Amino acid sequence: MGSVHLGVFPKLSLKRQNSVNLEHTIRINLCGVLHETTQALNVVAKGLIMETTFPHLLIEHSQKRPQASAMREKEYGIWQAWSWSDMMHLTQNMACGMHLAGLERGDHMVVVGSNRPRLYAVMLAAQSLGAIPIPLYQDAASSEYVFPINNAEVSFCVAEDQEQVDKLIEIKTQCPHIQKIYFEHPRGLRKYDEPGLSALDDLIEQGKKFAQKNPAFFQNEINQSNPDDVAAMFFTSGTTGNPKGVVHTHRSLLDRAQAGAEFDRLTEHEEVLAYLPPAWIGQNIFSYAQWLCCGYVVNCPESAVTATIDLKEVGPTYYFAPPRVFEGLLTSVMIRMEDAGTIKKSMFHFFMDVAKRCGPAKTDGKSLGVVDALLYAVGNLCVYGPLRNNLGMSRVRVAYTAGEAIGPDLFLFYRSIGVNLKQLYGSTETAVFVCLQPDNQAKADTVGIPCKGVEIKVSDVGEILVKSKGLLKEYYKNPQATAEVLTADGWYQTSDAGFIDSQGHLKIIDRVKDVGRIKGGANDGAMFAPKYVENKLKFFPYIKEVVAYGDQREKVCVMINIDFDAVGNWAERRNLPYAGYTDVAQKQEVYELILGCVEKVNADLAQDELLAGSQVSRFLILHKELDADDGELTRTNKVRRGYIAEKYSVLVDALYDGKTQQFVETAVKFEDGRSGSVSATLNISDAQTFVTVGKAA
Amino acid sequence: MSKQIGDVILDVSNISLSFGGVKALTDISFNVREHEIRSIIGPNGAGKSSMLNCINGVYTPQQGTISFKGKTFDHMDSHEVATMGIARTFQNLALFKGMSVLDNIMTGRNLRMKSNIFLQALRIGPAEREEAMHRDYVEHIIDFLEIQAFRKTSVGQLPYGLQKRVDLGRALALEPQVLLLDEPMAGMNVEEKQDMCRFVLDVNDEFGTTVVLIEHDMSVVMDISDRVVVLDYGKKIGDGTPEEIRNNEEVITAYLGTSH
Repeated sequence: MGSVHLGVFPKLSLKRQNSVNLEHTIRINLCGVLHETTQALNVVAKGLIMETTFPHLLIEHSQKRPQASAMREKEYGIWQAWSWSDMMHLTQNMACGMHLAGLERGDHMVVVGSNRPRLYAVMLAAQSLGAIPIPLYQDAASSEYVFPINNAEVSFCVAEDQEQVDKLIEIKTQCPHIQKIYFEHPRGLRKYDEPGLSALDDLIEQGKKFAQKNPAFFQNEINQSNPDDVAAMFFTSGTTGNPKGVVHTHRSLLDRAQAGAEFDRLTEHEEVLAYLPPAWIGQNIFSYAQWLCCGYVVNCPESAVTATIDLKEVGPTYYFAPPRVFEGLLTSVMIRMEDAGTIKKSMFHFFMDVAKRCGPAKTDGKSLGVVDALLYAVGNLCVYGPLRNNLGMSRVRVAYTAGEAIGPDLFLFYRSIGVNLKQLYGSTETAVFVCLQPDNQAKADTVGIPCKGVEIKVSDVGEILVKSKGLLKEYYKNPQATAEVLTADGWYQTSDAGFIDSQGHLKIIDRVKDVGRIKGGANDGAMFAPKYVENKLKFFPYIKEVVAYGDQREKVCVMINIDFDAVGNWAERRNLPYAGYTDVAQKQEVYELILGCVEKVNADLAQDELLAGSQVSRFLILHKELDADDGELTRTNKVRRGYIAEKYSVLVDALYDGKTQQFVETAVKFEDGRSGSVSATLNISDAQTFVTVGKAA
Repeated sequence: MSKQIGDVILDVSNISLSFGGVKALTDISFNVREHEIRSIIGPNGAGKSSMLNCINGVYTPQQGTISFKGKTFDHMDSHEVATMGIARTFQNLALFKGMSVLDNIMTGRNLRMKSNIFLQALRIGPAEREEAMHRDYVEHIIDFLEIQAFRKTSVGQLPYGLQKRVDLGRALALEPQVLLLDEPMAGMNVEEKQDMCRFVLDVNDEFGTTVVLIEHDMSVVMDISDRVVVLDYGKKIGDGTPEEIRNNEEVITAYLGTSH
């Protein structure tokens, strides 16, 4: 306490300064709001945005604001900017080059790579010619490309670098349609003599010559496209069977992009960092559809590993990340904080308690008491501000998380330090925006209210149904699957189970098909929502992945993946030696740590009469991390419960047979494509369950 | 995927080196052609590192000559060697641990700096422009070696595999014609080795740099080398393509063992 006291004087004097600053900021903010409102009005006044296409929007921006930055990319240590005019010319040259190379209206074209301005231009160029770009996940194995490429009869591919080119060449014999492969980055590819392989630079060069001779060609091509043409196709990773190609038109993507932009009053002044795979519709909406819709700046990081450094440098105002990214950022801060000096540490903890108490209310725009307001202001100066800066979120005006449930602690942490983090609900099929949380109504356990142009209803079986202009046109060449999700009167069946709460917010419980029933035992017939249980466990920093079983069984058992960073650090602080993941996972101390987490979740579940039967009876910690390369996770990192149950059937049996140990050997695939195996004897632990509060009373 | 291998760029003839009574190298001759990857292999103490040290002037051989690009030398002067375009990396990393990755690689540009030390110290006029130019070159190397995330990290904090990469980066900063790599993959795990192989091949490919490589890992040597020299107890016992070396009786008994 002494150290805090010592700090009071200088902090108070700083506070005086700060109040002046605050007034100043308020004034600026007011101007900002006014400015934003006019901007929003402008967008609304334009109104016709849905009656346009992506290439038309590019032309519009390049005429209105030719010199304004459209994209930035960090290269050779410097942020290089591409103006709207640069972007337009690049797209024009590419489109002309593709035309010369034989790309026709209605053809599909595959784009594989990370976020690079030139790859975004490739998508624009293809759309200018009326062709349909299909972005594919750049970290997928080559065999995963075979289906999409054959399904869409793709003959044109654009790949980022040697790695992607190698993958495409590898599957060429299985994909007879592939004729041309263009690469963006020539490194290591100079000596390849593969027929049909050439540099994107050459294509641009040829296109440039053509464009000089035929200056009207590009605009003529663009004028031929209309909003109801197919704009892009996204393959969903699919937990079972082949992936499905989700077909979206210019209208569907732009309608949703604009609804989202209006909801948060996005303007051309936003800064966005594009660091997630462009093949994922979320990234595509944020750094492509809304980019063209609003005309803001999209920043591409130097490489995947520099994303956190680049985040700090860019300081985005509009930020999107799945919960795991927010979690990773928080974990890294917390680990560093553990190693900080006593004064810093106690100051951090003191003000984080203040933030926890009054931060969320403050971010919701409610007024605080005098003492709290003062404490929060001091905290903002000494802790929250620097922390936001360190996280790269100083300028964040709107931050979204989606894709998975976010832990309440994690969610409130960001809101309490003044980051306007919110949740949204949507999917590839709905072009993302279905529900969004308004600025002052952000909650950890709901996903917000339906945004403009969306109708929502809950079916008899508890499934969420959605209707909007942003729904998919169809699944490509798969009328059966289309009929399964789109009803005749235009409702999209999300296959998510949930309900709308008293305040009009949508709450999601689980996938409809995953909601099961406990059979036999003490909780016979109780509802079992595996995802709900898994998420509750995953909210603990020590737990990375969880797979829960219990449908048609007498009790719930789970397999757990520990978070190696967090548990490793925890073990080090306790002087607990370990050799690696497999070793630390089986330590008795770690089992006790995880047991604590499981029992807390059980106590929590016991509060809820509906889900009390889902309490976890037994658990084990897996000997290897679940990995998409081994087919255990989808490419979007969701657990594939059925596949895992099959693969680790010995473990599932051991859980239910009441064994205390089980030997297991698993084949693993390394990142370079080779295979090996990991084996271990796993411990299995029992956990205490609690009597339902309702029942006991 | 074929590359153009040029004329002999480095020719070592009849080199003998001894430390007192210990004969490190006895009458070694071999040559290196432009743009090739030439490996030197041999058991511990065979004289591989001594050979590299003779080439870049750390040791002076008692007998024999070394010619580089047509000029013949009795002994090489290490400063002169670097100026002529021969760079090397070290078996036991010789990086400045307290300096950042960027600064370490910048030191490799030292020979290319034209402005004098006073101008450099004051960063005025031409010195500043020159530094920007060198920084640009170094940034290309950082990009090439994919170490952008560690630009400002001090080298001592990096894992061993990455330190090796920085060491290679510093050698590349010299814009060498011949690159001498002393066990660049020692102590690395499989993934790091593969990365390093790719970088060596890419350097050879993109810049046409001739590479002389000392390596213990047979699979690496056989995969990426154009020609291999085999040393044993300071004597040359084999010289040829990986295929020839694999079938050379003397090499098999001395080094590879009979199982190969």
